[in-house]
Amino acid sequence: MSVLLIAEHNNKELRPFTLNAATAASQLDNDVHAVIIGHKCEEAAKALSKLEFVKKVIQIEASYYENFVAENFAPVIVKLADNYSHIISSANTFGKNLMPRIAAALDTSQISDITKVIAPDTFLRPIYAGNAFATVKSKDTKKCVTIRPTSFDACESSGGSAPIEKAEASEEFSKTKFVKREEVKSDRPELGTARVVVSGGRGMQSGDNFKLITSLADKLNAAIGASRAAVDAGYISNDHQVGQTGKVVVPDLYIAVGISGAIQHLAGMKESKVIVAINKDGEAPIFSVADYGLEADLFEAVPQFLEELNKLNTIQK
Amino acid sequence: MKILVAVKRVIDYNVQIRVKEDNSGVVTDNVKMSTNPPDDNAIEEAVKIKEAGKATEVVAVSIGEEKAQETVRKALAVGADRGILVKTEGVVEPLSVSKLLQKIVEKEKPDLVFMGKQAIDDDCNQTGQMLSALLNWPQATFASKIEIKDGKLEVTREIDEGLETIEINVPAIVTCDLRLNEPRYASLPNIMKAKKKPIEQLNASDLGVDISPRIEQIKVEEPPKRKAGIKVSSVSELVQKLKNEAKVI
Repeated sequence: MSVLLIAEHNNKELRPFTLNAATAASQLDNDVHAVIIGHKCEEAAKALSKLEFVKKVIQIEASYYENFVAENFAPVIVKLADNYSHIISSANTFGKNLMPRIAAALDTSQISDITKVIAPDTFLRPIYAGNAFATVKSKDTKKCVTIRPTSFDACESSGGSAPIEKAEASEEFSKTKFVKREEVKSDRPELGTARVVVSGGRGMQSGDNFKLITSLADKLNAAIGASRAAVDAGYISNDHQVGQTGKVVVPDLYIAVGISGAIQHLAGMKESKVIVAINKDGEAPIFSVADYGLEADLFEAVPQFLEELNKLNTIQK
Repeated sequence: MKILVAVKRVIDYNVQIRVKEDNSGVVTDNVKMSTNPPDDNAIEEAVKIKEAGKATEVVAVSIGEEKAQETVRKALAVGADRGILVKTEGVVEPLSVSKLLQKIVEKEKPDLVFMGKQAIDDDCNQTGQMLSALLNWPQATFASKIEIKDGKLEVTREIDEGLETIEINVPAIVTCDLRLNEPRYASLPNIMKAKKKPIEQLNASDLGVDISPRIEQIKVEEPPKRKAGIKVSSVSELVQKLKNEAKVI
């Protein structure tokens, strides 16, 4: 049976993780259908029809779909579910909010945040914030699965020519109203998806000293992270926290400055491709996961780092 | 207004977990257990609402083995009025937990149900949303701010792009983010007082819910080990390595 992919979009464009979810969907079955629910989302539906792997697009429009309220989306997908063996979305806040509502309505035990498709009913998923990996097999006839976007490559955004079918909207759920969305407008990449992350820990000693981290992040076009210790000490706001109780990040380059490497922090960053640790304590646990460790006083090393970077003019934006 | 708060007993977030040698799961014997961190935020928020005079009762419920009673007791020590323990054995999947909670909701008739956004053991992030689907109630997930406005809740949600605000009618489910508040510590007198607060014990089978697992856990493994890195002696060496060897800058 076919796979139903739930597209994430902003009514104009597809959100990038839809491309990763399409790749995951294609590993379950060749016949991937994608549903797009929104308001005046013609352009996004067209973009969806061009994706590699997508064989059919189902577009459903209503004014109350403009803001992606899960209570409105779930019944639409439940109505379509009969024709599909799997329902797939990204395990970001969109998919996390929506999929369990669908799974419960279908009486299916959802499988969250998979990092690998082993067989159409068997998946690999991290547990304990990635400190262990479980291989799980679903016994449900219909499977609701969310995928970890960074574990699947994005599919090609062109080449496909799937037909777009319209389907009927469901009734509005009137007990939930969207009020507003405040998107963080920053020149800085988002912590969860940044290619480079520079993080500071308790070793920064004060909030003021975090400007060293900021300068380094500016130079590398990086997102700014922090350990729980730095957040608890009030050096930086907790939306920067990387770790088991904060954000899990998987950048190409993670630079840990003045971070000792508590278990709970390591859980949030140790899947990064390249890890650099700068710490004056040579015994700090962070060095056990670092590809490149520099045992040095950060207040000397970071300014030097900036100087060296200034000498290079090849920083990728 | 009555608030039901669901709390889960998990391995403490500061413990380095170990995978069992036979790959059947994670070692939990003689391991420090605590309340799932965002569930602490859920309890704190409910207690704060009660202290502000906007709720009359806070009931803490946990689903798990006998020892989960400690988790309920801790909720009582920080201000919940009474507790419920639904005893289960083995793994109970979020779908089953939400079905059991549905039965408790039907019995207790709370106006609000709070819980953490995610448990730090299975990392499923499902129970709140599933419960609200089963009850056909509004859901506010990943809440970092809750305001009560005549019979409605205005909730700020942490989403990937920033913040989203929604307004939901009561009764409703709210799943709490760590940023919602700063959970208090239980004081010794309150810990003593909590020992006198009632905890009702039920068995999952009494509630008439089929909680048999639908997901077979085939094996649990350690994550792939990182290969040992090197120490560099200077910043310039570090930059050269990053540029020429790792090719990340």
